[in-house]
Amino acid sequence: MTVRVTTEPFDPYAELAAYTPRGEAAGIGAAALFIGYMRDVNEGDAVASMELEHYPGMTERALEKLREEAVSRWRLDDALIVHRVGALSPTDPIVLVAAWSAHRNAALEACRFLIEELKHRAPFWKKERLGDRERWVERNTPG
Amino acid sequence: MTIRVKFFASLRERLGRDDLELPAEGIATVADVWARAVPDEPLSGQVLMSVNMEYAQADRSVRDGDEVAFFPPVTGGAA
Repeated sequence: MTVRVTTEPFDPYAELAAYTPRGEAAGIGAAALFIGYMRDVNEGDAVASMELEHYPGMTERALEKLREEAVSRWRLDDALIVHRVGALSPTDPIVLVAAWSAHRNAALEACRFLIEELKHRAPFWKKERLGDRERWVERNTPG
Repeated sequence: MTIRVKFFASLRERLGRDDLELPAEGIATVADVWARAVPDEPLSGQVLMSVNMEYAQADRSVRDGDEVAFFPPVTGGAA
């Protein structure tokens, strides 16, 4: 599947190893990858764990739309998005984005586009647990 | 003859509910849905909206059977 939302922990390298990109293998000259992990610090505070809420149905639709936009704009051979939801711990992978194309520029630009647009358009919300209190993350970090 | 309404994340917690159904009579737009569902609070410019899982503005028309959602700014991805 080219877009996947999972409540289970995932290993991004195992995902990639198990995935065969579409298109003619000999025509693919570049793969660009982005992996986002959960950090144990945010806005200067130690974060013990996190709950990632989403809007089931709309999330998959938003990610699918982003993927289609990237594939058509950069004429990619393929693109893959895997995003975790539910209860997370520091060091857990949150998101994997991969783009395959004939040349590096398209793959790198599409990968960047996918992660940036995902952060602004896909309906995910993070709630952090800091010791004895919780807080919703109000905005994205600048990058 | 109903409109399904959903709230997510901090908005869901603050309002104390995640899901409700409203009779469609008298509802023309997303703003009308909010006014009926949350009558004691004006619709804030910070709140994002969707109709049938597509982003929408407050003046977007709503019809019987639609699913309308309200939620805070999204914060997915990482790093």
